[in-house]
Amino acid sequence: MFFKKSPWIIHYDATSCNGCDIEVVASLTPMYDLERFGIVNTGNPKHADIFVVTGAVNESSRMVVKNIYDQMPNPKVVVAVGICATSGGVFRECYNVLGGVDKVIPVDVYVPGCAARPESIIDGIITALDILERRLVEFRKAKSEARRQEKKLRRYHLND
Amino acid sequence: MSQRNVIPFGPQHPVLPEPIHLDLVTEDETVIEAIPSIGFVHRGLEKLVEKKDYQDFVYVAERICGICSFMHGMTYCQAVEEIMEIAVPERALYLRTVWAELSRIHSHLMWLGLAADAFGFESLFMNCWRLREGILDIIEATTGGRVIFGSCKIGGVRRDIDDETMKGIVEKLGTIGAEIGRTTDVFLNDYSVQHRLKGIGVLSGEEAHALGTVGPVLRASGVAMDARKIDYAAYRNLKFEPVVEKAGDCHARCRVRVREIFQSVDLIGQAARKMPGGEIFVKVTGAPNGEFFSRVEQPRGEVIYYVKANGTKNLQRFRVRTPTFANLPAMVKMLEGASIADVPNIILTIDPCISCVER
Ligand code: SF4
Repeated sequence: MFFKKSPWIIHYDATSCNGCDIEVVASLTPMYDLERFGIVNTGNPKHADIFVVTGAVNESSRMVVKNIYDQMPNPKVVVAVGICATSGGVFRECYNVLGGVDKVIPVDVYVPGCAARPESIIDGIITALDILERRLVEFRKAKSEARRQEKKLRRYHLND
Repeated sequence: MSQRNVIPFGPQHPVLPEPIHLDLVTEDETVIEAIPSIGFVHRGLEKLVEKKDYQDFVYVAERICGICSFMHGMTYCQAVEEIMEIAVPERALYLRTVWAELSRIHSHLMWLGLAADAFGFESLFMNCWRLREGILDIIEATTGGRVIFGSCKIGGVRRDIDDETMKGIVEKLGTIGAEIGRTTDVFLNDYSVQHRLKGIGVLSGEEAHALGTVGPVLRASGVAMDARKIDYAAYRNLKFEPVVEKAGDCHARCRVRVREIFQSVDLIGQAARKMPGGEIFVKVTGAPNGEFFSRVEQPRGEVIYYVKANGTKNLQRFRVRTPTFANLPAMVKMLEGASIADVPNIILTIDPCISCVER
């Protein structure tokens, strides 16, 4: 397996209990070592390709999750880690929990488990890499198509 | 006169894995005031007691915080056991102590790593987390989970550790302990680490007491207060003294945690030697009626649970006062007058656990 890019991830804790957060960080540290795939944890949404969310969303974290997602450049992939991020989990019935992350942003990969194990987190991120690669191709195609259209318009002076 | 600026810190910030928002009012490089705003992790799980059976609620209590999850479960079980007047078997109490101390070691190692990351010592961060995996292996071998153990239940514990395994654990802790010693030497003696932490965020003993801090933050300011001394679980049979440091700065808090790791290793050794045989749980039937305050020393300090039951399967009220909540006023106090570059260090030395604070 090889990757053309070294994708960077950004992690945000929506309302997780920390269990999944420390497992996300643990999968970046020497024992599991996601960094061998060139995957680096970044703090800046504008540098990130993969958005890793843990925990269900609530009223306050909804806007933050949405903001981070909107700030990330295209193409991007979202990985929901843990059963909380998938559906709300044990906190589903709490009054302040809206539900899984997919209530707010589109999610591509769901990683089950409470807490999700580092192995499954790594598997989820590798799956996300495939999706990212595919998106990249589509994105390039769409971009060149847009450029072609623009050139056409320019030729006929239609956009003056 | 220099200009005042407001610098937002969080909720999404590279230093903190958890969301907390601070408005830092600054003048040049100095923080004049820090205004925290919380609520990004509030789930409202205290109200869940009205919907869940009191025995099932142990699962939710464990998920208040994933780092000290076992201790949360244990505190809850203790409260319900006291209300129902259940005599928990002695062996179960010892097993709880062993797991509680294991989670203290893993939490402190995790904190040491994050602190190293906050002052930019990346390799030290990686090293601490590598050592932590050794502890997690022990936890996984005995409970089946890495961070959420699920091994505590009302009336005892779910799994037993046989004597062979217990001996193996103590041996393994000996070897890991030696390795941990080599890494923590860097925290204690390295020039650049001391340079970043010494004299930063000083909190005197009186201030710490007046602000109501708990745990390592309080002990680093010279006040010997440790909730383990109130004799829950098997601590009444184990010999230990609270770890105390005098200086009250970031480095003192770091030293307290380093020494507590070795204290915990020692406590597990003592518990393994003294562990009696017998049952590991008693069967629990009926429903609790009454109320109780339960106190336990977590890695971050003392947690207080208030449980009120009314004789039905669902509890009536459940309230948690977590250690980080008690330490936040001290953090705000320490941030005043600090330099912007020290803000991450000061925040981290109270070992914030936002998901417990907001539940
Ligand atoms: S899935 Fe479990 S471990 Fe993960 S954030 Fe939710 S409750 Fe915590």
